[in-house]
Amino acid sequence: MITQNINKKVSKQEDTKQHQPAQYLTDIERQFIDHEIELVPHKSAAVIEALKIVQHHRGWISDDSVSAIAAYLQMSPAEVDSVATFYNLIFRKPVGRHVILVCDSISCYVMKYGDIYKALQERLHVKFGETTSDQCFTLLPNACLGCCDHAPALMIDNDLYKDITVDMLDRILKQYT
Amino acid sequence: MERPLTQYIHPGCPPFDIREYEMTGGYSALRKALSSMTPKEVQDLVKDSGLKGRGGAGFSTGIKWSVVPMGEDAPRLKYLIANADEMEPGTFKDRLLLEGNPHQLIEGMILAAFAIQAEESFIFLRWAYKKAAQLLRKSIHEAYKAGFLGKNILDSGFSLEMHLHTGVGRYMCGEETALLNALEGKRATPRAKPPYPQISGLYGKPTIVNNVETLCNIPHIVNNGVEWFKGLSNSEDSGTKLYGVSGKVNNPGCWELPMGVTIRELIEEHAGGMKNGYQLKGVLPGGASTDFLTAEHLDIKMDFASVQKAGSRLGTGTMVVMDDATCPVGFVHNLQHFFAQESCGWCTPCREGLPWVEKMLLSLEQGSGTAADMELLEMHTHMLGPGNTFCALAPGAMEPLQSALKYFKDDFEKHISLHKCPYE
Amino acid sequence: MSTIVIDNKSYEVKQGKNLLEACLGLGIDLPYFCWHPALGSVGACRQCAVKVYKDEHDTHGKLMMSCMENIKDGLRVSVADKAAQAFRSQVIEWLMTNHPHDCPVCDEGGSCHLQDMTVMTGHDYRRYHFKKRTYNNQYLGPFIHHEMNRCIQCYRCVRYYHDYAGGKDLNVFAAHNHVYFGREQDGVLQSPFSGNLAEICPTGVFTDKTLREHYTRKWDLTTAPSVCQHCSLGCNTIAGERYGQLRCITNRFNSQVNGYFLCDRGRFGYEFVNSENRITQPLIRNQAVEAVDETTLMGHMRKLMTDHTLIGIGSPRASIESNVALMQLVGKENFYQGVSDNVRFIEKRIVEVLQTGVVKTASLQDIQQADAILILGEDIWNTAPVMALAVRQSVLKTAAHHALKHNTGIPTWHDAAVQELVQEEKGFLANCTITASPIDEISSCIAHNAPDDLARLGFAVAHQLNGSLPRVLVDEDTLAEVIDIAVFLQQAKRPVIISGTSCYNEALIRAAYDIAVACKTPDKEVRLAYVMPECNSMGLAMMQAPSFETAVLRATREKNITAIILENDLYRNAPAMVADLFFNSVQHCIVLDSLNNLTTQQADILMPAATFAEGDGTLVNYEGRAQRFFRVFMPGQATIQESWKWLLKLQALRTGVLNEGELHPEDVLKQAEQLLPQFAGISASAPHHDFRINGQALPREPHRYSGRTAMLSNLAVSEPKPKQDNDSPFTFTMEGYSGMPPSPLIPFFWSPGWNSIQAVNKYQQEPGGSLKNEQAGIHLFKYNPHAVPVYFKDIPEAFMIRNDRWLLFPQYHVLGSEELSAYSKGVRELSPETYVAMSASDMARHGLTNEHVVTIKVFEQNWDLPVKADSSLPNGLVLIPAGLHGMAVPNWNAYVIIMKGNR
Ligand SMILES: Cc1cc2nc3c(=O)[nH]c(=O)nc-3n(C[C@H](O)[C@H](O)[C@H](O)COP(=O)(O)O)c2cc1C
Ligand code: SF4
Ligand code: FES
Repeated sequence: MITQNINKKVSKQEDTKQHQPAQYLTDIERQFIDHEIELVPHKSAAVIEALKIVQHHRGWISDDSVSAIAAYLQMSPAEVDSVATFYNLIFRKPVGRHVILVCDSISCYVMKYGDIYKALQERLHVKFGETTSDQCFTLLPNACLGCCDHAPALMIDNDLYKDITVDMLDRILKQYT
Repeated sequence: MERPLTQYIHPGCPPFDIREYEMTGGYSALRKALSSMTPKEVQDLVKDSGLKGRGGAGFSTGIKWSVVPMGEDAPRLKYLIANADEMEPGTFKDRLLLEGNPHQLIEGMILAAFAIQAEESFIFLRWAYKKAAQLLRKSIHEAYKAGFLGKNILDSGFSLEMHLHTGVGRYMCGEETALLNALEGKRATPRAKPPYPQISGLYGKPTIVNNVETLCNIPHIVNNGVEWFKGLSNSEDSGTKLYGVSGKVNNPGCWELPMGVTIRELIEEHAGGMKNGYQLKGVLPGGASTDFLTAEHLDIKMDFASVQKAGSRLGTGTMVVMDDATCPVGFVHNLQHFFAQESCGWCTPCREGLPWVEKMLLSLEQGSGTAADMELLEMHTHMLGPGNTFCALAPGAMEPLQSALKYFKDDFEKHISLHKCPYE
Repeated sequence: MSTIVIDNKSYEVKQGKNLLEACLGLGIDLPYFCWHPALGSVGACRQCAVKVYKDEHDTHGKLMMSCMENIKDGLRVSVADKAAQAFRSQVIEWLMTNHPHDCPVCDEGGSCHLQDMTVMTGHDYRRYHFKKRTYNNQYLGPFIHHEMNRCIQCYRCVRYYHDYAGGKDLNVFAAHNHVYFGREQDGVLQSPFSGNLAEICPTGVFTDKTLREHYTRKWDLTTAPSVCQHCSLGCNTIAGERYGQLRCITNRFNSQVNGYFLCDRGRFGYEFVNSENRITQPLIRNQAVEAVDETTLMGHMRKLMTDHTLIGIGSPRASIESNVALMQLVGKENFYQGVSDNVRFIEKRIVEVLQTGVVKTASLQDIQQADAILILGEDIWNTAPVMALAVRQSVLKTAAHHALKHNTGIPTWHDAAVQELVQEEKGFLANCTITASPIDEISSCIAHNAPDDLARLGFAVAHQLNGSLPRVLVDEDTLAEVIDIAVFLQQAKRPVIISGTSCYNEALIRAAYDIAVACKTPDKEVRLAYVMPECNSMGLAMMQAPSFETAVLRATREKNITAIILENDLYRNAPAMVADLFFNSVQHCIVLDSLNNLTTQQADILMPAATFAEGDGTLVNYEGRAQRFFRVFMPGQATIQESWKWLLKLQALRTGVLNEGELHPEDVLKQAEQLLPQFAGISASAPHHDFRINGQALPREPHRYSGRTAMLSNLAVSEPKPKQDNDSPFTFTMEGYSGMPPSPLIPFFWSPGWNSIQAVNKYQQEPGGSLKNEQAGIHLFKYNPHAVPVYFKDIPEAFMIRNDRWLLFPQYHVLGSEELSAYSKGVRELSPETYVAMSASDMARHGLTNEHVVTIKVFEQNWDLPVKADSSLPNGLVLIPAGLHGMAVPNWNAYVIIMKGNR
């Protein structure tokens, strides 16, 4: 099937193991997930949090991660993946060490985010949805970053950059290895 | 001019911690309400104040609260949720409040929770607001330590837990019922109304979802009363409003002003006017899902009724300015691309209609559009209207389109006759 | 009742329904997709829009989704409104933007809800001229074909598969117009109810893969009303044929039994009919030419019929007609049930208990409506799958009912709102079985115990409900459970107790009965259900004949016995030793059956029996409901005949009295009524063969049937005379009465404009309700409110683990354990491998791991089987899969020795 950007979906593959050994999740991951489980009335309600936690530690959500989370929350992999593939920022394909999110919404459009995108393409040799060959950056478009008064804006990992001009890009990118 | 919501917000400076917040009168409204008011009194006060929801729809907050089942027989738990998802393109006002004064939101939430006797509360924060997340976490912690959250708050017998939940992206999460699904760990598709969240909301329990700005008003209303609140405004709608302007203006930004300032004041005074060499061609007065207004509407007051009368909506009150160098077709295509991507895929008209609209706009923009496309666009603006779709996303998407077709028809037609974008 | 106005006409309609249901019920055609009577409303597809007006002065109205609109007095709506019509047709155009328009090559074509709705809304030309979205399809196993591009995103598949049936491996993925319905990865669908996807999906996304192997358009099928042959529930089916081959089974709706859904065994097990293993010619063994024609056969038979003592071995999978014809032929005293002694004993108890009339039997509908259920010792998921589906609905509905009590604003049809309100709450279900079952997941109370201990638990519940019944000593944990169960049964208004034969334990039957009787009070409806092993086990058991072992004993003692074995592979019903002894002892052995098996190999004379698809007959299901199935087509060979026909012919030989005229099913059933009063009324289980409407017979073919003159033109240019059916009111053509027949005689669902299965709506009194003039068979057990209950008071000893001995029980499998369905390729493919399951601690104690093969010894029989740990199985018990093809049956409920083998 087709999906946008990075939400991976099914193609013909052999069934991988449905039941992941509990050890798949690290102690830290489990601790965090356990904490989230405590806050909700039933385990499956913690699934988004669990996805966030595992993605935080591993960068993306692999099929094995889906199965492991499913087993941990007493859900099926399909139930977990149904949620995982719905959301933009759960990555079901591997991403680079850093994710660049370029705001492509209206204020940034007016303020010509297109120029920024073009410049990024030239520097990184990737288009939206792709990862640089050195696995450093994954470039993704993103809906409004809530920074419209400082458009165009982009975010790399947790860092927000405002009022971007093409000249600033090299300096910004240099900080990430 | 009073700016109750933002008077202590100084961009560039860190927000107040709980001590500073209290020193400037913070949590006095909470003390007052818990010691001398009943939940019903708080509800009535808010109802009388005329406070309307700042999340976009402008529904009376007090009336919304009054539907929640109260008393002994009411179901337990009840939930209060602050909608801090702020994902409407062109909108950045809640960010100011979240980053600038988190305790104000927390106090507002505790008061709102008290008014409906909720025992659990959530802040549903959009993922991108990393700084706000950090500040909120710290402030919630402080509030717990100071006894404003937790069991038996200020010895009043009222208890409230508060959690911060950060999203994982999807415009739909801002829609209040989809937000509930997201909080329950489900796909953020909307729920049918009725039943309203006040009756069956989070985990099937009575729930109130309010916008951040809405909630930030509550402590001030409780402290200063109805008359004061009404007096803040220079229009029918009470209070102040956070207005924002983005686009090619000299000083884009967000300001708290009396409800009902005019568009002209906003753009010319506060936003410093259009950038050199650019003319204003249109504005979306309240975010991406509001109808265009044009230069002839500059003297419209930015309150719910006035903007409505002019054919648009106040929405979030944060406007996007479209200048004369920006192609309206490209502009609208950008919007429709956003809405098509953010459609949740639940109901047919939105899921199938928006991508079609997007494709037609793209082909128009690229010069391969036809007159038939214009008719089909027009048709979509009717067929995707309110009530026809499951939630308000698609009707919202149609607002800028229908008004663009009205005000910028020439531009569309030029694309067709020239077989290319005249703005290139 | 409420008065509502639709397009200026007043109607009286029921309250508590939504407007869409009301319109459909009134015969007003309104298109819809996401709504389904079994699933309720969610308002997603927006197809069912109508105008709703505030009052009579409102001329503008508002578009509303009729499926989300509650019926209330004074409601004013317009279906015909121009804007509403335009919107409905627009919705189709939207759905069609990405639909591939591949109707000519789509399996659903001609029976497609999407096609019907497209025509209904008047949408014709498409204005979308951009690229369509395309998807990858998935491999979903041998039963269901996946073609995602046809999807119209109505969400019905997930709502059915996940929400309704509890299947975990199908879901919706991604968002906006990329939403995808399927599995997380390619793979076999895990739910045994997956086949219903083919009917629930309104277009050709999920289709019957077995039908694809020999594809036929729905309108080109010759069909007849049928009854599923693969378990004791008696689900109603429609069987479809073309070119002498059975092509598919679809669901035949009725409100009392299976409703809308079948299990995969029932839907896909049909291929035994087309099996190469079919017996088509009579055989006389040890002759130069063994295959003979009917005349030769009958000539040969004449002597056998008169010179010898005849004994008859009946069959739990043969019709009442056939069993009764055999009983008549050999005489009551010479008729034996072809089931083992212990099964006969248990079944006899069941029949006795139900014949007292003290408690009503529970239909599947009753089970769905139950508000508390206790399952005692029956693995219904595997032995009676659709019953498990019904139990699930009870659990969900009870929870919903409970939640809605406090929230009266939400109508029951509002599926999404109800689910949001209910969350994870469940109605009461106690599942007490030997080992874990998928329904444990929805059970509030689970016990895994040896059958005797389960029976003790049952008696303890009975004591708890009625203190005058004997007390049972149970441990503290069990006592807590017992109290729990008793409390819920006591509070319930419509409790159902379910047990059955699969544990080979008669005490369970008694315990279940005691509980049912003990919780009876005047203000409640208590119901009881006993699952039986096969499709006519109940019918056979009601004939109250002795067991197979009794026949064996007699055969060893008497000389000169000729045994007639009716559709029964005795090697599946008794250990090989016993069956061998029987065949060695009888002098002659005549076997009637449809498929070759170990028993037919022993036959001196073999007579080809018609299957359910080629013959008429009556089955009595687990509740004592007699239902008729009708032949779909005349078998290719005239030598294939219903067993009862053959047996009547033999009887004519024997008595020398030739029937004046032919006997029809109802005649045989009338004889049954005379012979066995317990069958009173059974001849009315369906209208008689001469039933006509307006003087017309009923066509098995829809009037759209095509190729009639061309079908056989490669053989002969003249159109052959249509086959005649003298046994039923049906013709084999499209000629005949084209209206709606009485419910037992519905060969297909069709109505103008409604070519898909959704046409069922038109046959119902109200959408989702019972059929017009519904008559789902005849109940043979009469409820007697004045009957005085007699309790059973002897309680079995607690199960004791023996040193190095294990008690052996069957583990049933939906796919694999039943004889006939296992001839279908897909069923065979999904059947389990052989194994023996032991508790993990027993395994550990004996140094066994999952890699070991062990030898199981019962009497002189040996089985070499790989061991597998079953963490829910109590110590001291072992399980072997039941009924697998090629696996000889052991002595169930017997102690076995296990010898550790190699790895
Ligand atoms: C598609 C869609 C997105 C929305 N996004 C937001 C949002 O990001 N923040 C918000 O406060 N309200 C949003 N809303 C409005 C909410 O549904 C809801 O009306 C609001 O949170 C109620 O708060 P109020 O009564 O305080 O205005 C959105 C509505 C729709 C239909
Ligand atoms: S697959 Fe079928 S049932 Fe599922 S949404 Fe698509 S059309 Fe509906
Ligand atoms: S059937 Fe009513 S919205 Fe789908």
